[in-house]
Amino acid sequence: MPVMNVIQAVNDALRLEMRRDPSVVVLGEDVGRFGGVFRATAGLQQEFGEGRVIDTPLAEGGIIGAAVGMALYGLRPVPEIQFADFIYPAFDQIVNEVAKYRYRSGGQYPCPITIRTPYGGGIKGGHYHSQSPEALFIQVPGLKVVCPATPRDAKGLLTAAIRDPDPVLFLEPKRVYRAAKGEVPEGELVLPLGQAAVTRPGGQVTLIAWGAMWHEADQAAREAEAEGIDCEVLDLRSLQPLDLEAIVASVRKTGRAVVVHEAPLTCGFGAELSALIQERCFLSLEAPVARVTGWDTPFPYTLENEYLPRAPRILKALRETVAY
Amino acid sequence: MSDPRPTSPRAPPAEPQARRRHDGTAREWAPGRFLAEFPLYAVVDEEGRLADEAELTLADPALLALYRWMVLERLLDERMITLQRQGRIGFYVGSIGEEATVFGTAAAMAPQDWIFPSYREHGAAFLRGLPLATFMCGLFGNAGDAVKGRQMPCHESWAPGHFVSISSPIATQVPQAVGAAWAARIQGHDMVPLCFFGDGSTSANDFHTGLNFAAVQRLPVVFACRNNGWAISVPREAQTASETIAQKAIGYGMRGERVDGNDLLAVYNATRRARARAAAGEGPTLLECVTYRMEGHSTSDDPRAYRPASVVEPWKQRDPLLRIRRLLGRRGVLDEAGDLALRDELRRQLLAALLEAEAQPAKPPVASLFEDVYAAPLRQQREQLAELTAALAADPRLANPRHSEG
Ligand SMILES: Cc1ncc(C[n+]2csc(CCOP(=O)(O)OP(=O)(O)O)c2C)c(N)n1
Repeated sequence: MPVMNVIQAVNDALRLEMRRDPSVVVLGEDVGRFGGVFRATAGLQQEFGEGRVIDTPLAEGGIIGAAVGMALYGLRPVPEIQFADFIYPAFDQIVNEVAKYRYRSGGQYPCPITIRTPYGGGIKGGHYHSQSPEALFIQVPGLKVVCPATPRDAKGLLTAAIRDPDPVLFLEPKRVYRAAKGEVPEGELVLPLGQAAVTRPGGQVTLIAWGAMWHEADQAAREAEAEGIDCEVLDLRSLQPLDLEAIVASVRKTGRAVVVHEAPLTCGFGAELSALIQERCFLSLEAPVARVTGWDTPFPYTLENEYLPRAPRILKALRETVAY
Repeated sequence: MSDPRPTSPRAPPAEPQARRRHDGTAREWAPGRFLAEFPLYAVVDEEGRLADEAELTLADPALLALYRWMVLERLLDERMITLQRQGRIGFYVGSIGEEATVFGTAAAMAPQDWIFPSYREHGAAFLRGLPLATFMCGLFGNAGDAVKGRQMPCHESWAPGHFVSISSPIATQVPQAVGAAWAARIQGHDMVPLCFFGDGSTSANDFHTGLNFAAVQRLPVVFACRNNGWAISVPREAQTASETIAQKAIGYGMRGERVDGNDLLAVYNATRRARARAAAGEGPTLLECVTYRMEGHSTSDDPRAYRPASVVEPWKQRDPLLRIRRLLGRRGVLDEAGDLALRDELRRQLLAALLEAEAQPAKPPVASLFEDVYAAPLRQQREQLAELTAALAADPRLANPRHSEG
């Protein structure tokens, strides 16, 4: 099996889907000739032409709005937003249009779009190149939100997202775009949306993460093991739909949960997960659900390591939860 | 309250009947039409010759002073790009080739005029007194940074010089500049904002909204488009189908003018006229400064992936620095030796600023993370600062960038 990084896996998925299905088109800023500022679409325009890999003018509202029209008219657009931080000019199109089209047309107009965007910090990007906006979109009914952590998942989940009949926001962990390498099956790979992965079985505490933070959680779990803490790690992979069964099964087994995310604490997805665990696992809980998150501040530049929920902070939460 | 708007009639004169009759044909558009309607205004040619002595609106010392700034900016950009390659700073956006546009516009404004920058115009902040060392502290994001190490390099703010905070999201500053002009008029101030953006920015929603508001209200704003040919990898032709950026002004109902952006004097004169009109109540102007980005978009970019080096060559002949140097040479203000001495002196000045900046502590205090989010920190922010402080004391690895990647 070839070894790939996340960028190569994304590229591979796009290429295979474009070969398989002529209705798949890619559009966005710099995606064509240049192959994207992160090179995720490199070589696609050469293979599929300017008609299917489109460099658009600089307007996110235009990119998503046009993708809506394309989707209504039978294509499967995969627009790229260059950084998740620049998705806000398209917020109205995504929240009110993309996500609601099927519903408000009484099911007459599905809107199958996969919006790809790199998200997250740890690349010295300051707040305009580091945000993790997943919670803002998970709350929007009609939208699916997917966030892979590994190259294999990136390929399999992106393929599933493109084929999905609903619109998907596909958040790519740019901090590990090149750093995360792993074996990825050649040829078609489809991983179902809405299934979490138990990436590390354990019995004492459930550690829940996704995207770039899964790598941090995994690191913390390994350090915790050295201290005798037996940690089960769950990579959610898909945030909406959410694999609640996997979460419930794990927390009922361990009796404890720690949630990690990069976005600020207040109203982050960790708040929803804590509430769900509390509703479903109350009688199994041995400790309050802990959240290790970014702070309630904009994402900083110099102090980004202090901002990010790094392994030492996760480890501290694990120790406290286990000792509660 | 009296209406502070100018009393000149706002409604256009009624169209003559004959022209209002529809003859069934759409308005003609032919290639080249707008290039003719918006000729490129230039004053100094590539050899440093003046088209018209009367257009020399800057006295020799002022011209030399601006040339000095342009050279400083060039040397700074070159130095900072090297620094980024050495890994001493994370990122840099330069304006190599675009110096005449940046300095020509900014120099033509009044000191009280606010500047709404894009992200390549730190030169304008230098004109307004931003110390070089403070700017460099911003590149390091260290304790001497005016924005407390919060922003990426080249996202400075300089309130003492009325230079507002640089935002990454493209074109957000356009309607904001319009609002500032509005506020100035409401308050009866003589203040004309100078708003910078690139050719790519003219596709963004905020560009259209901003120009429309400004034109409807006849607000005093100077919109300065640095048409440098590229928005990262996307060439101007793929950004807009209009032949010129200046002609877009027509659609909004304002003045547009095309200027040779590599000609300091042309940019200066055009901006001065635009400012004068704005101050006289004649509304906004869209200036298209036609220039060229000779380097990559930023240090994160490799232009070889989208443009052959050969297309840059002709622009090197049109270098804005060369032109002013030749003009100054012709006027006997600066000879070869004088230019070399000037460059030496500026290099020393840059080095001194760099040493001063590098001497600052590498990080602002941790508590600064929670300052300025609100006027006073909220309860959870105070708790989070306490939590972070304790966590850092317990495990200093937390502040170490690579602990978990290595
Ligand atoms: C809303 C938004 N979308 C995308 C980006 C990413 N981006 C940064 S600069 C840039 C190109 C800007 O081109 P232009 O406005 O012409 O300015 P120039 O760099 O040429 O001076 C892009 C696409 C951004 N900063 N903001």
